[in-house]
Amino acid sequence: MLEVKNLHVTVDGKQILKGLDLTVNKGEVHAIMGPNGSGKSTLAYVMAGKPGYEATEGQILLDGEDILAMQSDERAAKGLFLAFQYPLEIPGVATMTFLRTALNAQRKKRGEPELSTPEFLKLVREAAGKLEIDMEMLRRGVNVGFSGGEKKRNEILQMALLQPRLCVLDETDSGLDIDALKIVSDGVNRLRSSDRAMVVITHYQRLLDLIVPDVVHVLSAGRIVKTGGKELALELEASGYAQFQGEAALAP
Amino acid sequence: MNAEVRQIKTNAELALAQAYSAEKARLPGDRKVVALRDAAAARFDALGLPHRRVEEWKYTDLRALIREAKPIAGAPNAAGKARAKDAGKVIGDMDARRVVFVDGTFVPELSDLANLSPGLTIRSMAQALAEGDALVADRLGKVMPADGEGVIALNTALMRDGAVIHVAKGATLERPIHLVFAATGDKAASVFTRSLVVIEQGARAMVVESHDASAGHQVNTALELVVGDNAHVDHIKITSGPSDLVHVSSLMAAIGANARFNDFAFNIGGGVVRNQTFVRFDGEGTHAGLRGASLLKGKQHIDSTLVVDHQAGGCQSREVFAAVLDDESRGVFQGKIVVRQRAQKTDARMMTRALLLSDEAEADNKPELEIFADDVQCGHGATSGALDEGLKFYLMARGIPEPEAEALLVQAFVGEAIEGIEHAGLRDALMEQVVGWLRSRGS
Repeated sequence: MLEVKNLHVTVDGKQILKGLDLTVNKGEVHAIMGPNGSGKSTLAYVMAGKPGYEATEGQILLDGEDILAMQSDERAAKGLFLAFQYPLEIPGVATMTFLRTALNAQRKKRGEPELSTPEFLKLVREAAGKLEIDMEMLRRGVNVGFSGGEKKRNEILQMALLQPRLCVLDETDSGLDIDALKIVSDGVNRLRSSDRAMVVITHYQRLLDLIVPDVVHVLSAGRIVKTGGKELALELEASGYAQFQGEAALAP
Repeated sequence: MNAEVRQIKTNAELALAQAYSAEKARLPGDRKVVALRDAAAARFDALGLPHRRVEEWKYTDLRALIREAKPIAGAPNAAGKARAKDAGKVIGDMDARRVVFVDGTFVPELSDLANLSPGLTIRSMAQALAEGDALVADRLGKVMPADGEGVIALNTALMRDGAVIHVAKGATLERPIHLVFAATGDKAASVFTRSLVVIEQGARAMVVESHDASAGHQVNTALELVVGDNAHVDHIKITSGPSDLVHVSSLMAAIGANARFNDFAFNIGGGVVRNQTFVRFDGEGTHAGLRGASLLKGKQHIDSTLVVDHQAGGCQSREVFAAVLDDESRGVFQGKIVVRQRAQKTDARMMTRALLLSDEAEADNKPELEIFADDVQCGHGATSGALDEGLKFYLMARGIPEPEAEALLVQAFVGEAIEGIEHAGLRDALMEQVVGWLRSRGS
């Protein structure tokens, strides 16, 4: 489903990703771990098409199609979803309006009919209920006055409503206490399916106890330096990232 | 002292002076009114059109902007009245009592003056002037001294018609009053309207003015407003029109004690628009909100100028103005808060925000605080900037195309200002206007 080939990315003229390769098949959950500054968030942003993140070389193929030339909204309509590490606050745009505009924009681009108000409300109510989100909160501005945990739950709510085929979760565990982490990871696990792929970016192993990956990659200095099974995460927890930072330094 | 030698008069100034001489006999009013007009005409003769060396007009040089004065509008014909039937739609479904002025003249057949609620009186200014109406004789031109304002002097000299509204002590108007000003003529004309609204002690009223124009008219409109002690008044002014319209508006409001006054100016059209608002606090314990939102594109120039004079203590004023500027438009905000020595415990805050959608747009901001009392809270702030790229990316990452993402953010920006309007139906109607504006921007 996802093929990243020899990806080089610069941000503000500084090269962050230096030839990253990654293949994720549908139905799989891949974890990307790595030290601070290794390029984890850069990978997430360049996939979603954030301005300023420039791919100078390589490809990102989603179902064989290179998405690098597409606008962010086109990528989303093709089924890519990025759960932000720091979800933004949008005063004046009610979350409900935001959700509905997003959902209908994607449906329109895919040639599907818009949802009626009752259909939409039913979807939101169900999804919000599972994530323990109060409907009243969704009438307020997007993420305005939300706690860190509420913001992350709101990201997963968006993911549940938009039903993407490829989910990229950028440090979804950061800033969460144990209870919120449980709610969020349960939400993510409910979305696991045989035709959906996930890329879980995290610094810590604890998230991977709850969202158990099929494959674990170690990202260091802009490249994948090691790939293994879920046991690799435990290994990293014990020994730290230092060994890989050395490997990356030696890489050509 | 200003010992400036008067410049040679411009063609427009000469034409306006001639227009007064020619029209004088046909303008409504008894001898006292004629004296008022003559004095105002003399004042205009001395002041001329305001220009950039007049500090209050430095960003809006009317003398340069009005090269030629348009002929004075005549009485509306049947076609003009027919075109005015749809005027004022901008307020949407809001149920309001319509009082319609076409080309500056009251049109009874388009107006709804039946079954006025107890305590409410509405008349035409022309009729009131002609008949020596006591309220007009007592108040007109006296609500606020405006000796230095050439455009107000010109308005007083040439005022033809407008609304005279009186709400008696303690009366509550269930239905808002909608003053519909439509300049419908095909040929550009000069229109001078003058209104007087007196809301007595403890009364409750909402007055909406909507101004629209069909061509490059030159509109000079003025409203004198008296808000009595403990009264609660909402005043909303909506201005639209083509890109060659010149619209100059003066609101002069005197507010009594323990009153509530909410003023909102919504500008969505016109080539050169100047809204000047003078508010004076005459009594203690009053709260006033003076707010506005402007949407500008093309080469539009919209100037919101505010003078808030705290003459009595313990009053609160909140000024919030938002402008969205596209293309090569220019938005001006001048806000002056004066706190007199006796006006202790004044709490005055002024905030302006400009959202620039184009590199060529310009927002000018001039806040002034003149504080003579020592126990006050006063503040002002201003921001200007482009749309937040981060927010836009967040919206687009959810599948919302760029134009829609921008539209949502602009709506959010304007929506915050429009929150200042208490009437939910009117808020919705104005948001509709914003959506329409955004749609036309894309095309």
